[in-house]
Amino acid sequence: MSRLLPILTVLAAIVVLWYGAAVGLNSQWTYDQAARAGAEPTFVDVIEDTMMQDRPVLPAPHQVAEGLWQGVAGQKITSKRSLVYHGWITLSATMAGFALGAAAGLLLAVGIVHSRAMDMSVMPWAIASQTIPILAIAPMVIVVLASLGIKGLIPKAIIAAYLSFFPVLVGMVKGLRAPDAMQLDLLSTYNASEPQAFWKLRLPSSMPYLFASLKVGIASALVGTIVAELPAGATQGLGARLLSGSYYGQTVQIWAALFGAAILAAGLVVIVGVIERVVLRQMGLVR
Amino acid sequence: MSWQGWAAVLFWACTTAVNFRLAARWPKARAVKLFVAASFGVTLLVLWQGLVRGLEVSPVILPAPTDIAAKIGESLDLLWLDFSQTILKGALGGYLIGCGAAVATAILIDRSPFLQRGLLPVGNFVAALPIVGIAPILVMWFGFDWQSKAAVVVVMVFFPVLVNMVAGLAATDALQRDLMATYSASYWQALVKLRLPAAMPFLFNGLKIATTLALIGAIVAEFFGSPTRGMGFRISTAVGQLDLPLVWAEIAVAALAGSGFFGLMALIERAVTFWHPSQRS
Repeated sequence: MSRLLPILTVLAAIVVLWYGAAVGLNSQWTYDQAARAGAEPTFVDVIEDTMMQDRPVLPAPHQVAEGLWQGVAGQKITSKRSLVYHGWITLSATMAGFALGAAAGLLLAVGIVHSRAMDMSVMPWAIASQTIPILAIAPMVIVVLASLGIKGLIPKAIIAAYLSFFPVLVGMVKGLRAPDAMQLDLLSTYNASEPQAFWKLRLPSSMPYLFASLKVGIASALVGTIVAELPAGATQGLGARLLSGSYYGQTVQIWAALFGAAILAAGLVVIVGVIERVVLRQMGLVR
Repeated sequence: MSWQGWAAVLFWACTTAVNFRLAARWPKARAVKLFVAASFGVTLLVLWQGLVRGLEVSPVILPAPTDIAAKIGESLDLLWLDFSQTILKGALGGYLIGCGAAVATAILIDRSPFLQRGLLPVGNFVAALPIVGIAPILVMWFGFDWQSKAAVVVVMVFFPVLVNMVAGLAATDALQRDLMATYSASYWQALVKLRLPAAMPFLFNGLKIATTLALIGAIVAEFFGSPTRGMGFRISTAVGQLDLPLVWAEIAVAALAGSGFFGLMALIERAVTFWHPSQRS
């Protein structure tokens, strides 16, 4: 409880600030409407109106919650207006890309740990590529692949895979090198072969690192998928929902899609965290 | 596949063999490390060039590196215009405001453990969210010019820097703080002489993460509307015209700007935290 109280206080403060900002930002429109009608609105009228405009500059929290609820529960899940439908499109591409990227990162990390030449040649570029804003070219990749006739889930999954690849690679290289010299020496006094050392020592001791980087990786895979859904022409997924909302000025729709994406991201990270706890407990590596 | 393709594959095989030999022979030498890394990069470019030419890949799908270099050479003015719009105004402006605000907030909430316990989990949570999604909203609020891009960047860099700075301010141990207390140092003296310097390695960690985020934010925000200049605008319109060499030229500029920005922060870090074990080896 003592841990929950400060968090709830901060969240409450954010909601209060949000309502204040909503009144401040939306009141302009209310005053304009009133001036056009020749009316003189009282302060209470203004506040009341700013809470329930159709296209507010900043929707109030309850409007966003209502939009979210409408999108999740108020539609059939096959409807084009359902957030569950769009969320599922985004989630499936994210998971496909994440699986691909994490597997590739794992394999390359194993190669790097066992081959000095690969370490020397690939690692500097892997780290340098982190500083490049790859996400910004995601829409281009989509358009080029679409012109090749590859559409749907695969191009988005490629971008998600690319983004989740590097955190897993860097984390796993660190993790597979985590055993110290004494432990490795012990295994060589046991006359353990390289594969035996890998399965019995390196892989188990890399698990905490693996899960830390999987959490980063799955979050960035989701970001990659959403950005990949932005180019014009996309009609499915949370990213497309954001874009169509911004085209038609449907602010409530944008915020609902944004919160849907946030809930999805939080859910994915929590799921990886739960798996982490179970696996580490099974292996006796409780933190 | 024509001869260029085979030549590139042969070159790849040769450099890989040389690299393996060098790495096995002198595993510790600095020059070998640099050479192996550089030759791997060059090999990738040669392989790209050779395969594009050898397999006669259409430039609409993937232009060859030489085409891209030629495009960079002939459109330097355009690239500079986009660079100054997106990087210098949008990304750098937002980066300075966002990081400054995050550091100031961290110092403010540092005096209240209650706020720290509340803000840190929220900050960590927000840092994992797809924040780029607020780009369309901020473009609506701040208009199409660079101010809206800077606003997106501010929001994107704020939380990673905040979380790192708060962790950094807590990095001094009790012994060091006691020493300051025996000197009867005031809060501000202890802050400036002990806790800010001790926070620097953490702060720079956050600042380096934020460089990439700043560029991503500035470029992606331009997809939602921008004046007729800027890297994101140019990428999306050039894709529409199938002018892929120009797209890749912009990507090359973005990559160079990203690495340069990151390198600059790493240099400043080395100058500021010269005392830290990770910088001394």
